[in-house]
Amino acid sequence: MEEIFAGMIRTATPILLAALGGILCEKVGVFNIALEGLMLFGAFFGVYAVSLTGEPLMALLAALAVGAIGGLIYVILVELLKTDATIASIGMNTFALGLTTYLMKMVFGDEGSIRSANIVGFSKLEIPWLEKIPFIGKVLGGHTVLVYVSLLLVILMQIFIYKTRTGINLRAVGENPLAATSAGISVKRYRIISVVVAGMLCGLAGVHLSLGYVTMFTENMTGGRGFFSYTAVVFGQANPVIVMIASFVFGLSETLAYRFQQSGVPVPLVLTIPYVITVIALIIRNVRIKKTKRLIEGKVE
Amino acid sequence: MMPAACELELKGITKRFGNTVANDNVSFCIRKGEVIALVGENGAGKSTLMNIMYGMLQPDEGQILYRGKPITLRSPSNAIALGIGMVHQHFMLSPSLTVAENIVLGYNPGKEFFWNPSKFDQEIAKLQEEFDIQVPLHVPVSELSVGKMQRVEIIKALYRKAEILILDEPTAVLTPQEASELFNTIRKLTANGKTVVFISHKLREIMEIADRIVALRGGKIAGSAMREDVTIRDIARMMIGADIKGIQKGQQEKGEVLLQVKDLCYDSETRQGALDHVSFELHAGEILGVAGVEGNGQTELAEALIGVLKPSSGTILMRGRDITKDTVTQRLHGGMAHIPQDRMTEGLALNLSIAKNVITGRHNRKEISEHGIMKWNNVNAYAKELIGQYSIKANSEQDTCGSLSGGNMQKIVVARELSAEPDVVIACQPTRGVDIGSSEYIRQSLENVRANGGTVLLISADLDEIMDLSDRIMVMYNGRKSGEVNRADANETLLGEMMFADSREDQHEEE
Repeated sequence: MEEIFAGMIRTATPILLAALGGILCEKVGVFNIALEGLMLFGAFFGVYAVSLTGEPLMALLAALAVGAIGGLIYVILVELLKTDATIASIGMNTFALGLTTYLMKMVFGDEGSIRSANIVGFSKLEIPWLEKIPFIGKVLGGHTVLVYVSLLLVILMQIFIYKTRTGINLRAVGENPLAATSAGISVKRYRIISVVVAGMLCGLAGVHLSLGYVTMFTENMTGGRGFFSYTAVVFGQANPVIVMIASFVFGLSETLAYRFQQSGVPVPLVLTIPYVITVIALIIRNVRIKKTKRLIEGKVE
Repeated sequence: MMPAACELELKGITKRFGNTVANDNVSFCIRKGEVIALVGENGAGKSTLMNIMYGMLQPDEGQILYRGKPITLRSPSNAIALGIGMVHQHFMLSPSLTVAENIVLGYNPGKEFFWNPSKFDQEIAKLQEEFDIQVPLHVPVSELSVGKMQRVEIIKALYRKAEILILDEPTAVLTPQEASELFNTIRKLTANGKTVVFISHKLREIMEIADRIVALRGGKIAGSAMREDVTIRDIARMMIGADIKGIQKGQQEKGEVLLQVKDLCYDSETRQGALDHVSFELHAGEILGVAGVEGNGQTELAEALIGVLKPSSGTILMRGRDITKDTVTQRLHGGMAHIPQDRMTEGLALNLSIAKNVITGRHNRKEISEHGIMKWNNVNAYAKELIGQYSIKANSEQDTCGSLSGGNMQKIVVARELSAEPDVVIACQPTRGVDIGSSEYIRQSLENVRANGGTVLLISADLDEIMDLSDRIMVMYNGRKSGEVNRADANETLLGEMMFADSREDQHEEE
C-alpha cells in the first residue's frame, strides 16, 4: 500500500510540475498545450547534459534553460506574432518529438533509447525525521529533490496567486486583459514571463522523467503526460492545490497500470487508464463550466 | 466672474487614421470643478479625443497642457499618474475578483509585495463616505448590477487620485433612477473640486448636468457654450449642422387587432432570459413601445414573436390565426418583419454586398429568382432603388455592408424589412449607435408603417425614443410585463418605477 502511494507521488511529480506551469499559462490567459513538447525537450537535454558532464546538476540547468527557450519561442509565436495557439502547440509538440528523436539517433547512434554509464540519475534525499513517521514516512520519504520541490512549489504558488499583488494582477490579466491594461498592468509582460516560467517548470518535469526514477531517455518518453498536466489544470480550475490532487490521480492510475501489468491483465487495456481518466475529467469539467457560465451570464446581463 | 484657470487644455489636437481625420485641430479648455459635456454624433471624433486625453492614443499634432505645463501621455498609466481617470463605456473590471480587488488592481504606489486588504479597505471606505458612493466591497464584481459596477469604476478612478474624471457615455446602461444617482455623485465630485468630462449624445441629460458644452462634428469643434445660454435645439444644431425636423406624426385611429400574444412563456436557466406569461395586443395603426432595462426578456420576446425562439407555452395569433408553430419564413411571408437588435451579427452579412443583403429572406420571390436561378439584374435594380429611396450613402449596390457606417448599415436592414410592406414590425433597438440624421429617418419610417395601418412593436433601451414614437408603452421586468400605460399618462419617473416594480398583480389586472 505504501509502495503504491510512494509510486503515485513519484509518477505524479512530472505531471504536477508541468501542471504548475500550465496554471500560470491558464491564469494569464494563454492557451498552452505545448507542455508535452516542452517536457520532452527537458527530458532529452537533461540526459544529454549529464552524459557530457556526468553531473546531475548540469542536467537540471540544461532542462531549465531549454524549457525557458522553448517557452519563449512559444509565447513569441502566440502573443507577439498572434499565431493560433492550438496550431502553435501542435507545432511545438511535433517539433519536440522530431528533434529529440533525431538528435538521439545522431548523437547516440541508431537506438530507440539512450542508456550509458555516464548518465547519473538524481540521488534520493534522506530525511531521517520524516522517514520515522509511520506510513507517511514510507510514502513521502526517500524521493529525489524534485519531488519535494514540486510539493513546495504548490504551496508557494497558492500563496503567490491569491495573496500577493503580482498574483492578483496575474489573475486579472487572464480574466479581462482590457481591464488589466486600463489599470496600468502590462499584459504582454505578464504573459511573456509566465509562459517562460511555465517552460522552465516543464523542463524540470521532463528531466525528472528521464533522471528522477529511471536514468535513460527513450523516444517520445513523455507519452502524453503533458496533456495529462493540461487536463489536471483545467480540472483543478487552475487552483494549485486541486491541480496537485488531480495530478496525484493521474500518478495513481499510472502506478496502478504498472501493477496490473505484472498481474496478467491485458497490458494495452491497462495502459489506457490514464487516458480514460482524462476523457472523464474533461466531460465533468465541461458540464461544470456550462453551469457556471450560465450563472455568470445571468448575473451580468 | 473670472473663469478659473485651465486644469487640462488641448491645443490644436489632430489625429489621423490613414486618410480619415478623426480629430482636426481641436482645442478646448477644461476648468477645475466644472462638468464639461463633450457631445457629438457617432464618428464625430469623441472617442478618439477621449482616448488621447487618457493616453491610449497619441495625437499626430498638437499639445496637451496640464495645469499650464505641456505633457506627453504615452499610456493610460501616464494619465493615471497625472490624475486623469476614466470610466469606460464597457466596464474594465475582472468579474471573479472582488470589488475591493478590482479597485486596487494594478495600483501599487508603495511597491508592496503582499496583498493587504485591511489597509486599503479603510482607504476605500473613506472615499465612499466622502463622495457618498455605496457599493459592497467584498463580493465578486459579477454579482453586481450594472449601475453598481459603474460606481466601482468611479471609486477605482478616485482611489488612483484622479482629479479629472472622463465618463464615456455613462448613462447608456443605466435606468433613469440610476442615472439620477450618478448625477448626484457627479455633483458631489465637482463640489469637492474634481473635474468631470461627460461624453454623451443624450441632449436632455446634458442640459441637466453640464456646466459647459463642447460639440464635435466631423472631427472639428462645431461650437461650445455655457449651458444657460443654449437650448436642446441649439446643441442639436451644433452637432448635426442642420435643424432636426422632428417626426411627422399623424393622428391615427386604433384599428383591428393584428397581433395577439397570450400568456407567452419561455423557460430559461437564468431568470433574466425567461418570459413569464406575457400577454398583449397590437392594433393596426399603433406603435407599442417596450421599455425596460436590457436583459429582462425583451430580446426573448422579439425572438419568440419572429419564430427564432420556441416558446414553452402560450400562443401568438396574427389576424386571428395561430402562428405559434409557424417557421420564420412563414411568418415573414405572412407579413411580419424584424429589425434585429444587432445589425452586425443578426441583421446583415457584413462581407456580402448591399444587393445580396437586401434580398435576404426574400430570395424566393418571383422577381428575385425563378426555378432556383437568381435574377441578378433585378436584384441590382431593386437594391439601387432602395439605396435611393432610403438615402443610403454607398458608392454602389456592390459595396460590402461592412464598409458602411453604422447608420447606413441600419438603413439597409430597415429598407429590407420595410420594403416588403409588412403589417407587423418587430423593431429591436432600431436606432442604437446610429447618427441623428439616420435615426430620424428610421423613426419616421416606423411611423409611416403606423400611418399606413400597420403596427410596430418597438423594443428600445432609449426612453426618449419610446416616448416620442409610442402610442402605448409596456414595461418589462424579470421576463414579465410589469406595467402598461398610454403615452399620454407616461413619464420617466413612472416608467422607471415600473422597470423595477415586481407587480405581478398589475399584470393580471390588465388581462
